[in-house]
Amino acid sequence: MTGEPLLSVEDLHVRFGTERGLVYAVNGVSFEISAGETLGIVGESGCGKSVTSLAILGILSRNARVTNGRAMFAGRDLLTLNDEQLRSIRGREIAMIFQDPMTSLNPVLTIGRQIREALETHFGMDRGQADLRSTELLDQVGIPSAKLRLKDYPHQFSGGMRQRAMIAIALACEPKLLIADEPTTALDVTIQAQILQLLRDLVSERDTALILITHDLGVVAGMCERVNVMYAGMFMETGSADALFARPRHPYTLGLLQSVPRLDAGRRQQLQPIPGAPRNMLSPPAECPFAPRCRFEVEESRQAVPPLEELESGHHVRCFNPVPAEEWQRTRVGGAA
Amino acid sequence: MAAHAGRWGCLSENGTPLVDVDELRVWFPIRSGVVLDRHVGDVKAVDGVSLQIRRGETLGLVGESGCGKSTVGRALLRLYEPTGGTITFDGQDITHLGERELRPLRKRMQMIFQDPYASLNPRHSVGRMVGEPLRVHKMGGRNLNKTVRELLATVGLPADAATRYPHEFSGGQRQRIGLARALALNPDFIVCDEPVSALDVSIQAQIVNLLELLQTEFDLTYLFIAHDLAVVRHISDRIAVMYLGQIMELSPGDDLYDNPLHPYTISLLSAIPIPDPEVERKRTSILLQGDLPSPSNPPHACRFHTRCPYVQPTRCRDEEPELRPVDTHLVKCHFAEEIKAGTLQPQQREVVFETPSAPAVWQPPPS
Repeated sequence: MTGEPLLSVEDLHVRFGTERGLVYAVNGVSFEISAGETLGIVGESGCGKSVTSLAILGILSRNARVTNGRAMFAGRDLLTLNDEQLRSIRGREIAMIFQDPMTSLNPVLTIGRQIREALETHFGMDRGQADLRSTELLDQVGIPSAKLRLKDYPHQFSGGMRQRAMIAIALACEPKLLIADEPTTALDVTIQAQILQLLRDLVSERDTALILITHDLGVVAGMCERVNVMYAGMFMETGSADALFARPRHPYTLGLLQSVPRLDAGRRQQLQPIPGAPRNMLSPPAECPFAPRCRFEVEESRQAVPPLEELESGHHVRCFNPVPAEEWQRTRVGGAA
Repeated sequence: MAAHAGRWGCLSENGTPLVDVDELRVWFPIRSGVVLDRHVGDVKAVDGVSLQIRRGETLGLVGESGCGKSTVGRALLRLYEPTGGTITFDGQDITHLGERELRPLRKRMQMIFQDPYASLNPRHSVGRMVGEPLRVHKMGGRNLNKTVRELLATVGLPADAATRYPHEFSGGQRQRIGLARALALNPDFIVCDEPVSALDVSIQAQIVNLLELLQTEFDLTYLFIAHDLAVVRHISDRIAVMYLGQIMELSPGDDLYDNPLHPYTISLLSAIPIPDPEVERKRTSILLQGDLPSPSNPPHACRFHTRCPYVQPTRCRDEEPELRPVDTHLVKCHFAEEIKAGTLQPQQREVVFETPSAPAVWQPPPS
């Protein structure tokens, strides 16, 4: 990492007002990302990983409120900007791709029209220029006979092609930061591999920063330099992908790794599920949120939220009783070694 | 079926299989026209599938969406009417049995579904749903409530669950409810259709372990359908890989990852990410180009030839390969031996996407 980070989020808190009371969705999240870097945010459903990205872009639903935090992007705090200022950044400098390309594309407009829209809005291109550029974009994301395909509607595209079209739209303005929220979850694995390769190429060719939000540890391992593991609206462990997957120190990270069967490990090795279910988020955390499901729980875990502490260079863990560094390698029966 | 008994050599050693499927075809007609309602073609969801499921084993069935894996599962339970082929359950041909004759057999075959939200009736209490199969088959009697409580305990739910409603439970717990309902009639055979795909990873493992535990305890036979090859490999004794309505490879579970023989299996395995950056860096991946062709108009000869990285100028495009034994596997490829020996290498292919006229992946209507 050199110089200024592109985006720096500090102590972000988001709450939702619901019928059942306030939901504390994000409780103090901080991270930085620089140009050309791929940052992973991993967590299970409801952990607040998507809410984090929606908050940065100012597209949370109406019942949500950012109660604290800063998100510095190019010298400006995104959380204090008004709608109009945000609109000039969204799409232009920060773009987002969502999980389900069918619901995020407009079914009654042609693909071409939807790519053109971004170009016309942000660059004031005329129809001819925009069409030319759209063809180029579709071609870059690997859609053959791009020119003809501009006239197609989303339903005429397959799932993988729709996601490619979404990426083309996101790239239209050459954003500095791309946020991909579960970009391949709705796709088959062979199509997933195509899309991930496409994203990898984009990052290396254009020096785009990529925030990859996913529940899939495998996708993160193959894509990201740094990984944040999120649980109950907090980062539990952050570090380089190499350190985190080789020496997970937070019991939750360890639990996730132990509960997924690995393709390259011995078969019939007993999975070790994490007992219980995720915490409901109706109260602000007063203890370690993972404590009720944790094998490594200590007395302090029930008294306060542990701070995110640096155990080795760049590897932070939010735990009073971190897992021994060799625990994962030791328990991995019949691993790839 | 006697004629077929020795057909797969070592693969069918211990007695008659519980389920024997021979050349199963399930086609869904495509109709067109408002007035005339002409039959213009068929979606060949399952097109010539033969497999045997032995007593007490778990047969994994993997493939991508639209390959026909769920249709196979449902046809085995006779939830779809087969277009052709035969299904034999415990020695009895059930391919065309009527509802009345099927009923006693239904007790012995059950199913659990992917979506734990859609497969439970939100207006019925858990106790009522789990007890329903017993009432329908008049097996409940006076002890119904007690049996229901026992079933709930078996799948790890609290005793008071019986009086509660589905919305009070999480996804993993709902999957347990579905499992309790499937176990109610003490079945021999359970079709598990993507039972853990909708669950978070930490919960997935709970259900997978429970399925394994129940299998030993109740002597169950599973057909485990899923798209996640890592989960399938973890739980299955043998694995069948499907593509466009046909089985491409059938192999012992342990051997599939180390020794895949069919080009599709090889590509599929290489596309699955492994949660270890070190391993990920070392792997060579074979990127399949393009999308799945439409099952209403599948490619001629070998169905995989349009995307196959090993495609050869001869045979692949003009001769349909047979599912034939190679080593301990059954493989539907002309060149399996050459691929195994390493004399054929994968090549990068041109990108070919399906024509845009129809949605590329056809989903059967909810039944």
